[in-house]
Amino acid sequence: MNVRPDPTFYPSAKDAMDAPAETVAFTLMLSPDFSQPDGLAVVDVNPESDKYGDILHKVFVPHKGDEFHHFGWNACSSALSPLTGHAFLERRYLIVPGIRSSRIYIFDVKEPLKAKIHKIIEPEEVFAKTGYSRPHTIHCGPEGIYVSTLGGGGEDGTDGPPGIFILDCQTFEIIGRYEIERGVQDKHYDFWWNLPRDYMISSEWGLPPQFENGVVAEDLLSNKYGHKIHVWDLRGRKVKQTIDLGENHQMALEIRPAHDPIATHGFVGVVVDTTNLEGAIFTWWQNDDGTFEAKKTITIPPQPADADDLPDLLKGFGAVPALVTDIDLSLDDKYLYVACWGQGEMHQYDVSDPMNPVLAGKVEIGGIVKKTKHPNGKEFGYGPQMVEISRDGKRVYWTNSLYSTWDDQFYPGERGAAMVMANVGENGGLTLAEDFWVEFPEGYRSHQIRLEGGDCSTDSFCYPSV
Amino acid sequence: MGAALTGTAGLWLAVVVSGLYHGLNPGMGWPLAVSAALFERSRSALWRAIAALGFGHLLAMIGLLLPFAAMYVLIDYEREIRIGAGLIVLTMGLYILITRRHPRFLARVKPGRLVLWSFLVAVAHGAALMLVPIYLGLCNAEELDMGHQAAASLMTRNFVIALAVAALHTLAMVVSGGALAWAAHRYFGLKAISATWFNLEIIWAVSLVVVGILGLWSAF
Repeated sequence: MNVRPDPTFYPSAKDAMDAPAETVAFTLMLSPDFSQPDGLAVVDVNPESDKYGDILHKVFVPHKGDEFHHFGWNACSSALSPLTGHAFLERRYLIVPGIRSSRIYIFDVKEPLKAKIHKIIEPEEVFAKTGYSRPHTIHCGPEGIYVSTLGGGGEDGTDGPPGIFILDCQTFEIIGRYEIERGVQDKHYDFWWNLPRDYMISSEWGLPPQFENGVVAEDLLSNKYGHKIHVWDLRGRKVKQTIDLGENHQMALEIRPAHDPIATHGFVGVVVDTTNLEGAIFTWWQNDDGTFEAKKTITIPPQPADADDLPDLLKGFGAVPALVTDIDLSLDDKYLYVACWGQGEMHQYDVSDPMNPVLAGKVEIGGIVKKTKHPNGKEFGYGPQMVEISRDGKRVYWTNSLYSTWDDQFYPGERGAAMVMANVGENGGLTLAEDFWVEFPEGYRSHQIRLEGGDCSTDSFCYPSV
Repeated sequence: MGAALTGTAGLWLAVVVSGLYHGLNPGMGWPLAVSAALFERSRSALWRAIAALGFGHLLAMIGLLLPFAAMYVLIDYEREIRIGAGLIVLTMGLYILITRRHPRFLARVKPGRLVLWSFLVAVAHGAALMLVPIYLGLCNAEELDMGHQAAASLMTRNFVIALAVAALHTLAMVVSGGALAWAAHRYFGLKAISATWFNLEIIWAVSLVVVGILGLWSAF
C-alpha cells in the first residue's frame, strides 16, 4: 500500500496518453511441445538504450506444459474509481495463467530486471474453488481481479459452462465465481467493461475439446464455435442481453470497448465467416434505452491461393482467410488494429466514426502464403497476432504465435518466435521499425505483450477524457 | 488540552472539523461529484452529486446518533453508555488499523446510487461512529449546564443535539468536499484527483482510536 496513488494510474485515457513512454515490455514465452518451462521475457523497448530490442531478463517457471497465453496486472487505472476510494494498490504484479494447466503464476515485476515469481496458484485450487478451468483474460475491476476461463469442470473442461472468477487483488486468494445469472452463456473467451456505466461484454471461443488439440474442422464448418456476445449487468453479475452475431460468424474473440467511458460503443473481432471465409469486426453499442446492438462494420475478404501453398486444413478452399485473431484500440479511441494472422497483415482502421471504419494503414509481414520478411531481412514466422499499442498511440508491438496446436495446423513446422514494432504516422499509417527485432530463446514461441505502466488492453478508465 | 477538547465549544468545533475532514477524504465521495459533472457535461450535476452524497452521510449520522440519543435518557447508565461507545469506536479504529481490508459489498453498489453509496460508506468506515463519543460528550456538557431534567425533556434535548450535530457535521463535509470537487472540475482538471488523493487509511483508523480514547477518558 502506498501513501499516494501509483503514478501509473490515470484518471482518464487522455491522461494515460500524456504519460512518459514505456521503456520495457513484458512478453510471454511458451514452449509449444511442453519440453521446457514457459516464461516471462523483459524486453528493452527504450530506443535510447544500447540494448534496444534485447531481452534484459527472463523468468522461467518451475513447471512445464502450462502454455502461457494472456495475462494482466494486479491493479490498473481502475483503482482511481471514485467508487472505491482506495487508490493505493501498486501496479506491481503480473497475473499469468497457464491456459493448458490451469495453474496461475503471480510475477512480481516491481523491479523489472529482477522480476520473480511471487505466488503460484495450483490448478486444483482453481478447480475446487471455482469449478472452472483454463484461466485466460485478466482485468482489475470493482470486486478484485476478474479472471475469465475457457473451461468448466471435469477432465476435458465440459462439466458445466466456463465463466469468470474473482481473485483478491492483495492476497491473490481465489474469492469465487462471479456469475449469479449467466442466461444462455455456455462458452467463454474475452470480457471487458465500462465501469462507470456498469456494463460488461463477454465473448465466446469454444469449449476445450474444440481447441486444445487444434481446431476441429467439422465443428467449424457446422458453426459449433462461439458466435454470441453477452451483455452483463456488471455489479449485478447477471446477463442482461445476448446478441447472436449469426452462427456463420465463428469465434467472436477480443472485446474492445472505447476507452473513454463516456462513449457507449466498442468492437469485437470475428475470426472467420464460414459462408465466405471473411474476417469481420462488429461494432456494438448501447442505445438510449439501455439495450445493445451490434453491426458488422469491417470485412476482410479471403485471398485466393494455390492449394500447394496451403496447409491441409485450407487446401480445399483455394484461399487463405484473414483469420482475425486479435484486435486492439488506441487510447484515443481513434485507431483499431486488426491482426490478420492467416494472411500476414496488420491493419490499422480509423474508427473515429465507429460505424464507418476506414482502412488507414497496413503492414504485411509473415503469412501462410506471402511469408513476407521483416524489413531487416529476417524471416517472420506465422503471422501478426497478439497486438499491443503504446499509451501514446505512436508504437504498435506484436508477436506471432496464436496457440501451440493451432500454429501447427495453419503453419506446419517450427517457425520461431518474433516480436516486432511499427511506428504510427502523424495522420495514421503504419511502418515497421527496421531497428526493432527481438531474438527469443530457441524452441520458444511468443504470445501476449504487456507494456510497463499499462497499455491499451489493460487499463480501465473511470473518468471521461477531457 | 483534555478540558478544551471536552468543553462544549471544543466539542462543537470537533463536529465541524470532522465534517471538513470527511469532506476532503476522497473515500467519502468528492471525486464522484467531479465524475458526475464530467459525464453530464454540466456543473450543476456536480452540486446534485454533492447534495446526494451529503444526504447519504446525513442519514448515516442520524441513523447512528438517534439510538444513542434514546439510550442516553437512562441517566443511571450514562457512564456505561459513554464507555461502551468509546470502546466501539476504539475497536473499529483498531480493526481498520490491523486488518487494512475493505468491505467488498461496497463494490456492488451501482454507480448511480450516490445516496445509498454515501450512507453505506459512512457506516462501513466508521465515519458516523466517529461522531458518537463527541455527541455524547455534548449531551453531557449540556447536562452539566442545565442540571437534571425529566426524561421527556431530556429525550427532546438529546434528539435536538443529535440532529444539530448531524446537520452541522454534514454541512461542513459538503462545504469542504464540494469546494474540492468544484476546484478540481473548474481549475485543476482530472490530475487533481490523483494529485490530492492521499492514503488516509492509517490516519483515519488513528482518528477513530483517538476519538474512542477521548470518549473513554471523558467518561472516567
